[in-house]
Amino acid sequence: MSERMTLTIKGGIDKSGIDEPVRSITVEGGEIVGIVGPTGSGKSTLISDIEQLAQLDTPSHRMVLINGERPEWSVRTDPRRKLVAQLSQSMHFLADMDVGEFLKMHAKSRGKPASLAPETVDLANTLCGEPLSVDDHLTTLSGGQSRALMTADIALISDSPIVLIDEIENAGIRKQEALHLLSGEGKIVIVVTHDPILALLTARRVAMSNGGMSKIIERSERERTMCSRLAEVDNMLISLREVIRNGHMVGEQP
Amino acid sequence: MKYVVFAGTPGSGKTSVLMSLAKTMQERGFRPSIVKIDCLWTEDDKRLLRLGLPVRVALSKDMCPDHFAIYNIEEMIAWAGQEDSDLLLNETAGLCLRCAPFTESCLAVCVIDVTSGPNTPLKVGPLLTSADVVMMTKGDMVSQAEREVFRERVLEANPTCQAIEANGLTGKGSTELADIVTRWGHVTKGMRLRNNPPFSICTLCAGETRVEKEHHRGILRHMDSFVEYQGE
Ligand SMILES: Nc1nc2c(ncn2[C@@H]2O[C@H](COP(=O)(O)OP(=O)(O)OP(=O)(O)O)[C@@H](O)[C@H]2O)c(=O)[nH]1
Ligand SMILES: [Mg+2]
Ligand SMILES: [Zn+2]
Repeated sequence: MSERMTLTIKGGIDKSGIDEPVRSITVEGGEIVGIVGPTGSGKSTLISDIEQLAQLDTPSHRMVLINGERPEWSVRTDPRRKLVAQLSQSMHFLADMDVGEFLKMHAKSRGKPASLAPETVDLANTLCGEPLSVDDHLTTLSGGQSRALMTADIALISDSPIVLIDEIENAGIRKQEALHLLSGEGKIVIVVTHDPILALLTARRVAMSNGGMSKIIERSERERTMCSRLAEVDNMLISLREVIRNGHMVGEQP
Repeated sequence: MKYVVFAGTPGSGKTSVLMSLAKTMQERGFRPSIVKIDCLWTEDDKRLLRLGLPVRVALSKDMCPDHFAIYNIEEMIAWAGQEDSDLLLNETAGLCLRCAPFTESCLAVCVIDVTSGPNTPLKVGPLLTSADVVMMTKGDMVSQAEREVFRERVLEANPTCQAIEANGLTGKGSTELADIVTRWGHVTKGMRLRNNPPFSICTLCAGETRVEKEHHRGILRHMDSFVEYQGE
């Protein structure tokens, strides 16, 4: 990633089959863009179009360009060459394997060393109150542990220049730290969110309706100030949660 | 006639993937017809008929559905020809993991569900190992990491296949599959199977219901893998 990559989404059609209002949006490395909209407005479809680098071949007829050009086929499918890492809505693993075995297998599929497995577990443990270990069985992880592991996996194993995040708010993990980890250095980050803090952390957000990108909203100065205040409140809530979780009383020195 | 066989475990998404492909091929000017094979019962024909294409269902009843499919390939192809088709899509029952009704010249498609876990590709046998294309469905229900681990396992079991991430609900993967079908050749006379179907003539096949060993003849395999022949 020496030079900054750009990602361009060329508008397609909405659920009624008419052209979506936003005809083109380009995102540069280092930028975090939000996607907002009510349930069923097409947020996940947009994320999935970006994940598969759609070439007019999905129901939305969108086209995704990398550095202004149509990507090669193998970049779309081969995990070793993939440009996109995705943190999806699914909160649980279904694979019948232990954490270590799974991470080693994933590292292999991405052409990375197996030694990343324990590091990934350590990183996951910085994001979630309930620690996990390489010997844990994947299917027994809690929602928060799964999310923390998926996040750490994206930061270390998938480590792609484009990161897609489909809602991390209610996951029981430190979301700002998670976002910071996921965005790495110079990555393009696209985050679907209902969460005011996450949405206002982004300088631009795409509003979705009826399956289409309806407009692009630039964050105002007021929203920016509001976001810092909300972040303070959120950090306070996280500390309070820890105090309560550890069996202490609020306001009492532990 | 192009001949595409969809095999895969029950509920893996065969009908969904087949229907998306049929639509895509129709848009490209092909005239598909469809045969669904199952054992005892199926409702797939109700869904398939919505495509407005020629559809036939055949039930194998007391036979192995894959063996049944194999005996009937000639008849299926003749029927599709009478329907003025140039593409026959065959959905199998996919119960017996030992047989795969893939012929040499068909396009062999294995439909496999990623939610069944990354050990499944190692379990399903010729259904997967002798397929040309593997359509991995239901990826929307797991994480990207899990999809990629699954793909790795598929490629371990069948290194030369085209592994495609598919979604039976949205039609994802259908364009890639359609490109392969479009390139693929036609079936010819004198077709052969890719695999030997398992050797399975035993006393039970002939209707024996008594359980004890003394009542059984033929080639018998024991739990310790010892194989013996009992009989004339
Ligand atoms: N979430 C999700 N569901 C899917 C996908 N593909 C298929 N399904 C659902 O899975 C169920 C089974 O799909 P079918 O296409 O009927 O599967 P099949 O292999 O033809 O099933 P049988 O013919 O009965 O063996 C249906 O409820 C589908 O809607 C997919 O990619 N994602
Ligand atoms: Mg079916
Ligand atoms: Zn059989």
